[in-house]
Amino acid sequence: MSTILECKNLSKAYGNKTALSHIDLALESGHIIGLLGPNGSGKTTLIKLINGLLTPSEGELYIDQNPVGIESKKIVSYLPDHTYLESNLKVREIIDYFKDFYDDFDEIRAYDMLAKLQINPSDKLKTMSKGTKEKVQLILIMSRRAKLYVLDEPIAGVDPAARDYILDIILSNYDEDATILISTHLIADIENILDEVIFIKNGQIELTSSVDEIRESQGKSVDALFREVFKC
Amino acid sequence: MPWNLTSDRPIFMQIIEIIQLEIISGKYRPGDKLPSVRDLASEAAVNPNTMQKALSELERSGLVYSQRTSGRFITEDVKMIEELKSSLAKEKIHEFLENMQKLGFQKEETIRLMTETLKGEEL
Repeated sequence: MSTILECKNLSKAYGNKTALSHIDLALESGHIIGLLGPNGSGKTTLIKLINGLLTPSEGELYIDQNPVGIESKKIVSYLPDHTYLESNLKVREIIDYFKDFYDDFDEIRAYDMLAKLQINPSDKLKTMSKGTKEKVQLILIMSRRAKLYVLDEPIAGVDPAARDYILDIILSNYDEDATILISTHLIADIENILDEVIFIKNGQIELTSSVDEIRESQGKSVDALFREVFKC
Repeated sequence: MPWNLTSDRPIFMQIIEIIQLEIISGKYRPGDKLPSVRDLASEAAVNPNTMQKALSELERSGLVYSQRTSGRFITEDVKMIEELKSSLAKEKIHEFLENMQKLGFQKEETIRLMTETLKGEEL
């Protein structure tokens, strides 16, 4: 097993407001990891740093031994918390874009998943419900054969039944040596698919542990522990 | 349909128990092939690594064996399955007796009550 992501003393400040403060973190390949923290704890800042949308104020960040840049973007598949797709496009047209953009995009896989969820590739995004749009985006992201998937709140906008579908998309479409980093505050819904969790609080890592370790040593779920750690 | 897992105990232990039960109850018969880790994980809606851990544990206990290329199979050792069955049954009985004790029933009373209840059901 190798390290897919490494942060060394990583900090990010917006003006005089610190969003992330001296983070040291290493993620192993082949795991599904939950990045858990309340609103404003620094989850999205960390994710944007990983994807090169922000630059660190201090410290270093490596993805598969490379600094963030062209090389890292080839192997990181990123689902942002807002959509960036043109809503006038048909799903089929967006798939063509992705095919052009990413060498590792697997078109067959994308169409398979769309068929499985009964989404018509000829539909335009703007005619779809919020939940269906989120499914389409996730299908696009998971159709890349990436080494690291970074999913920012993949289940926040959809109903509980659709959440099961989304988790199934995630589980059945990642390669065994790929890593998935999922940020969310809906812990109970995704707890069973996680290997490990990272609790992030006020820009600092509060805890990293495996899910079964937490259950074994604390006798409670990650969700329950989260509520305790982040009690207001 | 995801498996019914509780949130306060390690997931791999619960998976082990569920598969044990499926073997005892005959859903899987001796010598049957188990689905792949990936398919089982997807069915249970759990992480494949967790499913892998549970299956390795079952393998270690001998209830399941793997063949390098063709997958995992249920043991053909019927005696072992029978032993597991009776040990789980004893566990359940102990649990039940403990609960009855919490309600204030001693063993003799519990047995008398059980006999009465069973007679009632027969009528």
